[in-house]
Amino acid sequence: MQVGTTNQTVESSIQTMKESRWTKAMKEFKKNKHYYFMMSPYMIIFFTFTVIPVVFSLVLSFFYFNMLEFPRFIGWQNYSRLFLNDDVFMIALKNTFLFAIITGPVSYIACFIFAWIINELSPKIRAFMTLVFYAPSISGNVFFIWLIIFSGDSYGYLNGFLMKVGIILEPIQWLADEKYILAIVMIVQLWLSLGTSFLAFIAGLQTIDQSLVEAAAMDGIKNRWQELWFITLPSMRPQLMFGAVMQITASFAVAEVSIALAGFPSVNYAAHTVVTHLMDYGTIRFEMGYASTIATVLFGMMIGTNIITQKLLRKIGE
Amino acid sequence: MVVKTLARFRAPKKLNRSFTVSFLLFVILALFGSFMMLPLIYAVNNAFKPLDELFIFPPRFFVNNPTSDNFTDLVALMGNSWVPLSRYITNTLLITIIGTVGHILLASAAAYPLSKYKFFGSKTLFSIVVLSLMFSGHVTATPNYMVISWLGWINTHAAIIVPSLAFPLGLFLMKQFMEQIPDALLEAAKIDGASEYRIFWSIVMPNVKPAWLTLLILQFPALWGTDGGNFIYSENLKTLHYALGQIIQGGIARAGVGAAVALILMVVPITLFVISQSSVIQTMATSGMKE
Repeated sequence: MQVGTTNQTVESSIQTMKESRWTKAMKEFKKNKHYYFMMSPYMIIFFTFTVIPVVFSLVLSFFYFNMLEFPRFIGWQNYSRLFLNDDVFMIALKNTFLFAIITGPVSYIACFIFAWIINELSPKIRAFMTLVFYAPSISGNVFFIWLIIFSGDSYGYLNGFLMKVGIILEPIQWLADEKYILAIVMIVQLWLSLGTSFLAFIAGLQTIDQSLVEAAAMDGIKNRWQELWFITLPSMRPQLMFGAVMQITASFAVAEVSIALAGFPSVNYAAHTVVTHLMDYGTIRFEMGYASTIATVLFGMMIGTNIITQKLLRKIGE
Repeated sequence: MVVKTLARFRAPKKLNRSFTVSFLLFVILALFGSFMMLPLIYAVNNAFKPLDELFIFPPRFFVNNPTSDNFTDLVALMGNSWVPLSRYITNTLLITIIGTVGHILLASAAAYPLSKYKFFGSKTLFSIVVLSLMFSGHVTATPNYMVISWLGWINTHAAIIVPSLAFPLGLFLMKQFMEQIPDALLEAAKIDGASEYRIFWSIVMPNVKPAWLTLLILQFPALWGTDGGNFIYSENLKTLHYALGQIIQGGIARAGVGAAVALILMVVPITLFVISQSSVIQTMATSGMKE
């Protein structure tokens, strides 16, 4: 009998607790309703076109789906096919890692070094040089100019030049020869890659507290290299992080340049990347399940690399 | 000019600088700078080359007898074609202007509460946006296509404009920039009886002008350069960039016109950047990845 009453009281107190939590949440929501309302247009679109597609992609990677028939669950089959039976994917993976290992760090360091040198110039020249280095990344598809430079006949600028100088006698098929394609795509990608992170670095350098630099000189910093390591880099940590995210993401996503220069598919898949492989299955063969598997693997690679790099960058100047 | 620049370099306005190293760094900068510039200079020169100069052998980099024929040819060619040039330009402007202005408005409206207030879900939402900076749009391209086709937006400009409104980088930069607005300013407005919307529109927005221009310079070139991707099939809905692609594929006879279109496409975003440069740098100064 007594036990029953206790139970009842506990139950009713749980009830009131639940209710109070609910009313509290409702109160909280009412108080902040303006904020939710202001965020809703952006968030609805963001979720529809970014978050839901990612989740959808993860789910779909376990299905066979060709847009016509109803999706069929096949478990890990797509993944095993991708890693064990898809030779082209292996080429794509190798090329993508080459881009991530070579163009990623090179463009990141180049962004920083050029920003660092430009920062020493007077404001007017600084503005001009910023434009010079940033222009390629915003001038849209001007990279088709590289097609003319690397054109395979003697009208190509590079061939014309090399033949005139006498280094080669016959024109080289730059964009149809497996030996050269990947290197050329890398050069053009580097040319295009001084984008948002470059601007962030320029900005970061301009916000460094000059009194800090003067104080450090008093304390025995002898040259610009010491200043760079002990003052400049640590003061720019937020921009360095931001730049890393931008550059890594871009180096994993090489596709447009490869397609524009080397064709799709490129000769013997020499410039094939994970993204072009994804486009192949997603937009040409309509094997949506398999394409989602590729997207999921790419997603994992991008996020993983970013998290590792951010952990490493946190150690700068510590 | 060069001497003057070097003299400025030598001026002891900064500590711990040796002239030799400065000079070497300057040379490196000039070398790479000219490498970056070459294709752009080439594009300008090419657009003004008469047809015979476009095909001389060995090819020449600079134009000898500049002419504006390529531009007049372009207008004539497009005027005669099935879809006039003005239609392509209108389509491109429509996509670019709605996409850019809409993005600035939506991203600012979402950034304001996230930067200034704490409420249920605010942290989580912002973390998701930051996480989405770490992967490119290619990951979501396939399911995106399905979403757009379910919405029935295939072959409409909405398929390009609407997804671009919620570009994560814009919200991220806007939020970081808005955090600098002093809270006292908002408090004062609240005491005077202004609503949240009023505060956002008349106090926050005018104060974040540099961030607007940054969002503009990031969003504009992306939309300006779109060719409609996989979404647009009707010829009269296509964009200027698509028309350029068609002209270039037109081969030798169209080479001059192609060069002219390339220059037009290039000049617009670069001019915008020149105008907004200082504001962009100001915004980027606040762009930290904070935990």
